[in-house]
Amino acid sequence: MATVTYDSASRIYPGTERPAVDSLDLDIADGEFLVLVGPSGCGKSTSLRMLAGLEDIDKGSIWVGDRDVTHVQPKDRDIAMVFQSYALYPHMTVADNMGFALKIAKVDKSEIRKRVEEAAKILDLTEYLDRKPKALSGGQRQRVAMGRAIVRQPQVFLMDEPLSNLDAKLRVQTRTQIAALQRRLGTTTVYVTHDQVEALTMGDRIAVLKDGVLQQVGTPREMYDTPANVFVAGFIGSPAMNISTFKVENGYALVGNSKVQLQRETVAHMSEADHGEAVLGFRPESLDRVAPNTEGALPVDVVVVEELGSDAFVYGQLPQPLVKQGDVKFGGSGEVIVRVDPRDVPKKGDSIWVKIREGEQHVFSAATGERISPTAVSTAATPKA
Amino acid sequence: MPLLITGAADAGLMELPWEMPLSTWPEERIAALPRGLSRHVVRFVRHGDGVLAVKETNPEIAHREFQMLRELERLDAPCVKAIAVVTGRQTAAGEPLSAALVTEHLAFSLPYRALFSTALRKGTLTRLIDALSVLVVRLHLAGFYWGDVSLSNALFRRDASEFSAYLVDAETGDMHERLTPGQRSYDLEIATTNIIGELLDLQESEDLDEGIDPIDIGTRLEARYDELWAALTFSETITKNVPFHVAERVRKLNELGFDLGEIDMQQTSDGTAIMLRPKVVDAGFHSRRLMRLTGLDVQENQARRLLNDLDEYRAVHTEGDDETFAAHEWLTHIFEPTIRAVPRDLRGKLEPAQVFHEVLDHRWYLAEASGADVPMPVATASYVKNVLPTKADEKAVLGRSIAEMTAELPALTKEHGTRYEARDPYANDNTHGWGGVPEPEPSEPPQVQRRSTRIPVSDRPQARVRDRAAEAADEELGTLDSPDE
Repeated sequence: MATVTYDSASRIYPGTERPAVDSLDLDIADGEFLVLVGPSGCGKSTSLRMLAGLEDIDKGSIWVGDRDVTHVQPKDRDIAMVFQSYALYPHMTVADNMGFALKIAKVDKSEIRKRVEEAAKILDLTEYLDRKPKALSGGQRQRVAMGRAIVRQPQVFLMDEPLSNLDAKLRVQTRTQIAALQRRLGTTTVYVTHDQVEALTMGDRIAVLKDGVLQQVGTPREMYDTPANVFVAGFIGSPAMNISTFKVENGYALVGNSKVQLQRETVAHMSEADHGEAVLGFRPESLDRVAPNTEGALPVDVVVVEELGSDAFVYGQLPQPLVKQGDVKFGGSGEVIVRVDPRDVPKKGDSIWVKIREGEQHVFSAATGERISPTAVSTAATPKA
Repeated sequence: MPLLITGAADAGLMELPWEMPLSTWPEERIAALPRGLSRHVVRFVRHGDGVLAVKETNPEIAHREFQMLRELERLDAPCVKAIAVVTGRQTAAGEPLSAALVTEHLAFSLPYRALFSTALRKGTLTRLIDALSVLVVRLHLAGFYWGDVSLSNALFRRDASEFSAYLVDAETGDMHERLTPGQRSYDLEIATTNIIGELLDLQESEDLDEGIDPIDIGTRLEARYDELWAALTFSETITKNVPFHVAERVRKLNELGFDLGEIDMQQTSDGTAIMLRPKVVDAGFHSRRLMRLTGLDVQENQARRLLNDLDEYRAVHTEGDDETFAAHEWLTHIFEPTIRAVPRDLRGKLEPAQVFHEVLDHRWYLAEASGADVPMPVATASYVKNVLPTKADEKAVLGRSIAEMTAELPALTKEHGTRYEARDPYANDNTHGWGGVPEPEPSEPPQVQRRSTRIPVSDRPQARVRDRAAEAADEELGTLDSPDE
């Protein structure tokens, strides 16, 4: 068991100017499940491979526990990459499949058996140890493969998109299993995915990266309720947060003919560089339907209605023009998603009025995209009746 | 989503039964060839007069692997040729099916498991490992991190008295500008573990002698790799006579079968010496030279052997002549007559260059026994009569044209069988670590057989019988357990 520390660690590929990973500072606690998430090319896999020893660390350092592993070879780091590509050998028993790699490391036979039995207990495979993989179900086979990593008893597990091979159903099943297993083992784990739902459901904490730069790290709840910038706000959550840039006058964001009041502290944080504009974000579930022309409400033209049974979402359009196009860095399209009561859905072509629930605004600087609304926003689980 | 075939310039691919899961494709489509362990459903499929390998996987992985194989092909790396990616597959009832990656079958290539179906000598095994280590070095020089080096993920071709290895599975790989020491050493660590696993598995199935130590063989890869890597890339510091040292370095690399493409020469900081380091190193020195001289496209060690014979011929018969002229003479007077002497019905046995290599070997043994030189035509006749007929049909194993082969060689097939019959079509569908594997079939899987030409393989009946019995016992036990999930 160990902590993992990235200390201003950078990876700069030869011949490129922009670092693939730029001064990453990250402290991962002992036993923690940390998920690195971001769009493709954000540096998440590179960060993981730096920890694994597969990528050089060009600046800064990486520590496992109190040991500097920056220049240590992969096999000497006491880290296990858990593979999506682990093969199971058809003629070997489950026990041999799990334990054979220890033979190579010259681990004593009785010790191997002991570790295999321990792992099998955690994985619910005890009664299958002497079977061949062929006799196992798909789920059991996956657990045998995980067993191969577990018996090594490494300080840290690394997983790089381990579910990308699977179909959607098996993916959901397996992610639950991995998360549960990690909690049982209590081994520090770093997990890479491009899928924010996977990140939210699995991680103790999530680190969001973009263009090689760490954007924010926090618990799933913190990431959802207090995104540090427009990127995180738009990346975390599905359907995505509604984000648009508006003109701000006298503490109100101007939306067509309507006005949305902003918190006084938020307005105070606006700077000259913002040119009197702010980026307003609100989640689809932070909107209440109200009577037309209610003060502070926005009209939305319904384009598509998506009914999911438990939920229904309206995909609509805010009145145009919002602000001068071309000047807008963030969310200039005016598209908006509203979660509505599934038993009372509007029709395509209707116009509905919605109001952002008190305290559920996220406001960001129009110039930098950094969060300027101070407080955490807590969203209610279901829309108010 | 409609069926979409990306990559191939072959309209005939549309006619394959893409609306069926690969595991249920009709047997007249399937070529029952030996397969390595695979995480996915893989089948060899007859198409036109060739054989294709079709692998079911998800669309992202299929596209990625396709691109990777194309990139490797562009870099002239030894790998299978990617043909197409098929997406948007669905059954007649509209159920979606996995995407598929289609690659061309490499003629005369053998998966390692096929080499174990005949009694395997330890020498063969170490040669396989050596071939794999050359492959890994070549891929690493090209900047390719494999991520899953194993015997299963390579194919082997006879190459004079050695083997050449080819990459067949690039799914886990990555292209880099240059590999870090960490990437290289991790690739080797995975390789060692995988090879040992594969050999232990062969021992469990009694296909590998108990006397062979898998750990011994497995650790050989890294040692061989390190030797070759060092020879190809080490830097040396020299103080005088730079041209001589560069020429010497080039000669040493050529001996190893590599060409020096670019070299880095850097003055040491005190200005008293020069540091030499090969920068671009290309494999295939001998095969390129033979190609230039004769137009023959063969593998590296075969080329080396042929070139030796050519050089000898030139020294004896055409002294002082231009190399190109001598090569032409050798080709028309020695090489081609030898190959033509092989009767049509035996041509499926071995590649022409391999036949030539074996005739040279045979000639040496004859000469040793008789105590005098044996002319090439005599050696050829003796080889064709006494040696070649005893060889297994290797073109038939993984040849380009099985249908054509059997039409041409009914007598031969009848006599020898096709030897490498896939004994159980599901035996090698490896259980994949994270799923995506078909569940075990409740009933016996369909046997892929061609009644007219096959006779059962009788190499090791006992082991199979015991295997079946053990499995049956397992299944009985299985009924007592509660189902998983």
